[in-house]
Amino acid sequence: MLRFVARRLLQAIPTLIILSILIFAWLRSLPGGPAQALLGDKWTPEKEAQLNATLGFDQPIWLQYLKFLGRAITGDFGNSSVSGLPVLQEIGQGFAATIELSFFAIVIAIVLGIPLGYLAARFHGRLLDNLTVIGTLVGVAVPVFFLGALLKFVFADELGILPPSGRQDVTINATTVTGFATVDGLLTREFDATWDALLHLILPSIALASIPMAVIVRITRASVLDVLDEDFVRTAESKGLTTQVIRRRHVLRNALLPVSTTIGLQTGLLLAGAVLTEKVFNWGGLGSLLAEGIERKDYPRLQALILLAASVYVLVNLLVDVSYAIIDPRVRVS
Amino acid sequence: MALLEVRDLSVVFSRKGQSPFSAVDGVSFSVQPGQTVGLVGESGCGKSVTSLAIMGLLPRRSARVGGSVAFEGTELFSLSDKEMRDRRGKDLGMVFQDPLSSLNPVVPIGLQVTEVLERHRGMARKQARAEATELLNKVGIPDPTRRLSEYPHQLSGGMRQRALIAIALACRPRLLIADEPTTALDVTIQAQILSLLKELVAGTETALIMITHDLGVVAGLCDEVNVLYGGRIVERAERHELFAAPRHPYTHGLLDSIPRLDAARGEKLSPIRGSVADNIPWDGGCAFAPRCPNALRTCVEVTPELEWHEGRLLRCHNPVQPAALGVGSKEAR
Ligand SMILES: Nc1ncnc2c1ncn2[C@@H]1O[C@H](COP(=O)(O)OP(=O)(O)O)[C@@H](O)[C@H]1O
Ligand SMILES: [Mg+2]
Repeated sequence: MLRFVARRLLQAIPTLIILSILIFAWLRSLPGGPAQALLGDKWTPEKEAQLNATLGFDQPIWLQYLKFLGRAITGDFGNSSVSGLPVLQEIGQGFAATIELSFFAIVIAIVLGIPLGYLAARFHGRLLDNLTVIGTLVGVAVPVFFLGALLKFVFADELGILPPSGRQDVTINATTVTGFATVDGLLTREFDATWDALLHLILPSIALASIPMAVIVRITRASVLDVLDEDFVRTAESKGLTTQVIRRRHVLRNALLPVSTTIGLQTGLLLAGAVLTEKVFNWGGLGSLLAEGIERKDYPRLQALILLAASVYVLVNLLVDVSYAIIDPRVRVS
Repeated sequence: MALLEVRDLSVVFSRKGQSPFSAVDGVSFSVQPGQTVGLVGESGCGKSVTSLAIMGLLPRRSARVGGSVAFEGTELFSLSDKEMRDRRGKDLGMVFQDPLSSLNPVVPIGLQVTEVLERHRGMARKQARAEATELLNKVGIPDPTRRLSEYPHQLSGGMRQRALIAIALACRPRLLIADEPTTALDVTIQAQILSLLKELVAGTETALIMITHDLGVVAGLCDEVNVLYGGRIVERAERHELFAAPRHPYTHGLLDSIPRLDAARGEKLSPIRGSVADNIPWDGGCAFAPRCPNALRTCVEVTPELEWHEGRLLRCHNPVQPAALGVGSKEAR
């Protein structure tokens, strides 16, 4: 298993390098540039050339890339052309915010989605099943930002039972250790900070969870229905096993295989949804950095952000493959 | 008292948007302790449905089951789901056709054996593992301890079927139902599995219902043979009598289509003409009539009943005459 993981991590390296080349070329093919964006009204061709020279954007593109790659290997992704701060430092805070939000969203999607999909399959064709299917159709169709705004309106603005935006109440004055607000509260024993962070997480993570949860419900349901028809389930029945054992050991375990793959794919889409959710809830994650970066043509920041997202995606799918191999012995051999 | 008494068993499937389909109709037979009974017929004649009905494994929503199945005098159809669960795997074991798909691919062989021991014989995991090793050994699986932690895909087809037999026999059931246990296997393996089954039930109280489309399989195994056509029994006889003188034209046709060692060189096998697709409902005539070499007018007008006929049960207006065997019936074609 360790060798499998190591091999997969090595395989990810060329993927990320190719991706970095593509991003590099793509960003520079966009009209305008960081200098133009920075200068704004004060733009003149001379000033742009001068600024480009300062920022190093006047060099041939392949040289720029090699320099970028050389520095990236040592963990230096350059300085933001907007703030002048090192990109990684700038991203750090937002990264924790986005990952925390995405993590809670995918956990909600899995923890509610799998049992619901399973129940729908068990009561196939009955009311619960029909309601679930309709629910998932709605879940997939409703845009994340709309659901977010609706939740915010009802639970924060009207009912006032949950905070409308942000990650934490400023009055809490929490100590930052890892940047993950819920974890920091536990580490520093500021439990009120953790509690407050959790309250802030509820609405945005539900909004963000809606689509992956709907997809997980549907896949689980379809997969359980498939497995129920399998010969080995009939064998299990012929052995007189209790329904609990049949469900847990024989049905669910097999049904989870396609579900785990789906979870990996959904996590990739989740990052895109997070940008929208963060905007609605003023979350201050990577979403705002990304938006600003695009607007200001901040090459270093955008490069780092996209590569970061890709690395997370690769990592999550590696986790998925490992869990798949744990469930399915047929994968382990090959 | 018979071990198993099947009376007037019928199974009707309701199908979406189609008229209900009668898969088994008025099937009755009994099995004595230790006896081996064959259920023979072409694919689609209702063999599996019959066995699943006995086991209580038909889909409850689409299948309507009628008649009665008594096991040691207990009416199985009146048992609750839980009571039936207590009997399956313990009193009644079953071996299925396709050993690969019948084993759970993601559960080790060992657990698939021990779970039934834990369920019905109240064994702890460790004790059950020891017993499972013993069982695998008994069904001829070499190196059983290692096999316990392997998965179905790591075993050969024959080994998988042996494992399934071990599972079905784990709690020493008094009745074992084997539904085409050799059909999915290589010819050489088929013979091994058959002799294993024979060896395991011989001299024990375990009765066996052997289901097959191949009369050759029952030849060396069964005490009594039921021949099914279109969901009904068309002939039942003691094995030797059946092979010596098949009286129903369908049985006769089935026998003729087995490859024989003593066949003259160049002699062709003669399969029954037509196929099950020619099935007509039993009402208003004999379902086999369209394919029957002996068909008379009455055969398409009057439904034959299952009746005693010279020491055997027969459902036919114009049975094959013993004297005319071979020569006569072939001319008739
Ligand atoms: N679950 C089911 N639903 C509807 N029809 C079925 C079902 N199972 C079997 N049948 C039909 O019943 C008939 C007998 O099937 P089966 O007993 O499996 O045949 P075989 O003798 O080959 O084992 C077939 O025509 C089959 O299509
Ligand atoms: Mg069958």
